[in-house]
Amino acid sequence: MAEIVVENLHKAFGDFVAVRDSSFTVRSGEFFMLLGPSGCGKTTTLRMIAGLELPTSGRITIDGQEVTDKPAAKRDIAFVFQMFALYPHMNVYQNIAYPLVSQGVPKAQIKQRIEEVTQMLEITPVLRKSVSGLSAGDRQRVALARAIVRRAKAFMMDEPLGALDAEFREHMAQELRRLHDRIKATTVYVTHDQLEAMQMGDKIAVMNNAVVEQLGTPGDIYRKPASLFVAQFIGSPAMNLLPFEGAVVRGDTQVNLVDHCFTVPRQHANHRGPMVLGVRPEHVRLSAEGGLPAEVRAVEYLGTSQMITLASDHGLLRARMDAHVPIKVGDRPGLAFVAETISLFDAHTTRALPSDLNRESETYGTG
Amino acid sequence: MGQVDLTGITKSFAKTVAVKDLTMTIPDGAFVVLLGPTGAGKTTTLRLIAGLEKPDAGTVMIEGREATGLTPAQRNVAMVFQQYSLYPHMTVRENLSFPLRSPLLNTPQAVIDEKVAHVAQTLQISDKLDNRVTALSGGEMQRVSIGRALVRNPSIFLMDEPLSSLDAKLRADLRVELKQISSKRGATILYVTHDQIEAMTMATHIGVLREGELVQFGPPRSIYESPNSIYVASRLGLPRINILPPQALGLSQAGVAYMGLRPEHIVQSRDQAGGHPARLQRIENLGDQIRLHLDLEGHELVTLAQMGKTYKVGEVLSITARHPLLFDVQGARVYQSEE
Repeated sequence: MAEIVVENLHKAFGDFVAVRDSSFTVRSGEFFMLLGPSGCGKTTTLRMIAGLELPTSGRITIDGQEVTDKPAAKRDIAFVFQMFALYPHMNVYQNIAYPLVSQGVPKAQIKQRIEEVTQMLEITPVLRKSVSGLSAGDRQRVALARAIVRRAKAFMMDEPLGALDAEFREHMAQELRRLHDRIKATTVYVTHDQLEAMQMGDKIAVMNNAVVEQLGTPGDIYRKPASLFVAQFIGSPAMNLLPFEGAVVRGDTQVNLVDHCFTVPRQHANHRGPMVLGVRPEHVRLSAEGGLPAEVRAVEYLGTSQMITLASDHGLLRARMDAHVPIKVGDRPGLAFVAETISLFDAHTTRALPSDLNRESETYGTG
Repeated sequence: MGQVDLTGITKSFAKTVAVKDLTMTIPDGAFVVLLGPTGAGKTTTLRLIAGLEKPDAGTVMIEGREATGLTPAQRNVAMVFQQYSLYPHMTVRENLSFPLRSPLLNTPQAVIDEKVAHVAQTLQISDKLDNRVTALSGGEMQRVSIGRALVRNPSIFLMDEPLSSLDAKLRADLRVELKQISSKRGATILYVTHDQIEAMTMATHIGVLREGELVQFGPPRSIYESPNSIYVASRLGLPRINILPPQALGLSQAGVAYMGLRPEHIVQSRDQAGGHPARLQRIENLGDQIRLHLDLEGHELVTLAQMGKTYKVGEVLSITARHPLLFDVQGARVYQSEE
């Protein structure tokens, strides 16, 4: 168990800034996701926490102890990589025992700890097998067992499921989360897959271009994206974004997009200039009368729901609806948006404008 | 564009039977998606049609013509792979034009220009036409390789996970584009994927493969709504279908060993008479759907939160089944008389 505090962490490789002035806290026992596209700095951040990379500036503390310049071996952290590197000449038992043997843990204790962890991961039947004959899932479980058996203060995982196929990945994601719920070890997990992050994380740091764009629970990040990048990166398909030019005044609950007026969460600041209105596909509704005129371009059946692609004066929009709503290509419905879910963004800074949606605590003073 | 018929195709590699006695018709203009886990035989089937593999037994007919013995070049098929293969010394425009420059086709320059411009627009790479392909991102390179197939007019397009390396937004855009290409041009497409969303949204037909055998073939809706086995039922649906013994919800019927429950088969309430208590273990907020992980007397059950309702971990919901899918001990579907 350990809290990890990252303060003003900065890493440059020559002229290239990989991580810019990042600060966040991973609470003890938290499953913390570093999410972002390739090259955003998430793996570099993880490697600095683990001690595999030294920061250019900034500070890292683990469990109250400053570790910024300590080597990896002195940090008491366990690492799980995408390509689960197992020792091919050792059997499963020896692979899992290895970190303990090298720490000089007594034999009897090793045996007991391995029994515990292999039961938890349900790999007891393969303990005496050679690792080369294992299935992908069992290899992954052995790699996890080897990390867990050390009882490290924290786990660092770099896309550990990246190499698996979709179905198996979903299965392992659930297994991993269940395991976390049992052992409650602080975990920092790097992924580029937003669904994986949403599914497993207690908290997500969304990174882009070397900075943390937003930090929050999966629900908050989805409902209250702090920037256009987050709005587009989280959610599949992404949030609908409608650019417009105009002005909002503090207290406003409506905005005008050309000739159409939308009700929005009460705004907390004045703003004038190019803006973007964001609405999630499941918050686009067919309205009985009026509404934003649109034409159905595509209907995609998804089983429980369906995805509708619509052309409007504001570009292509996507709407998610129950599969039984009758709608077909060529229909011309009017569209309405669920008012309290709408985000407005400053098109220049790309940041969300403050409103009742993303500043609830300010409005109600409940912190 | 044309129909492709596979009859009794078998293909083994050493001791592994990759495709087993496969008979399947890809109708003219159809968008057929092959679905199945790694090793089910999807890619091998595609390569057999392409002519990159020779079957041990069986025949491949393309547009009514026996193609089993033909080379890939003689078959007039266009392929897109997961790994893009482009000419690195050429620009995007040259790469896209290349298939049309074959001396056999003798395509006029004006036609080439028009086709290239059109395909580039569809794939949102018009502004990159004069860039070298080595200067492109991975996603852009993949679009160029899709584009290189689209400029042609083959009997069938064969696509092996062409979107899997792209980001979510682009994948969603290209799904719609590919579907429109197939419906507007009447193109015949065979498409291999792991991604069930791609299968559901683009396919006119889904073929489900299991250990080299075709176990069900039909429109996405019928594969989703009336799967013939637990295996097929587990291929589609997010969250995945729950498989429980029927007794878990007080059902019992001769010959039924398992019950399959999708979220739409689960009725939940807080004060339902005759319902079964299920404790809420974990709430998973995926944004567009909120999944509830329930413990139903020792069985794990995943369903969706209802719109506008709030839930608390630890609370007990009352659960009943509505028209669940029933299966026998082998996992084969048991059909209900009233269905």
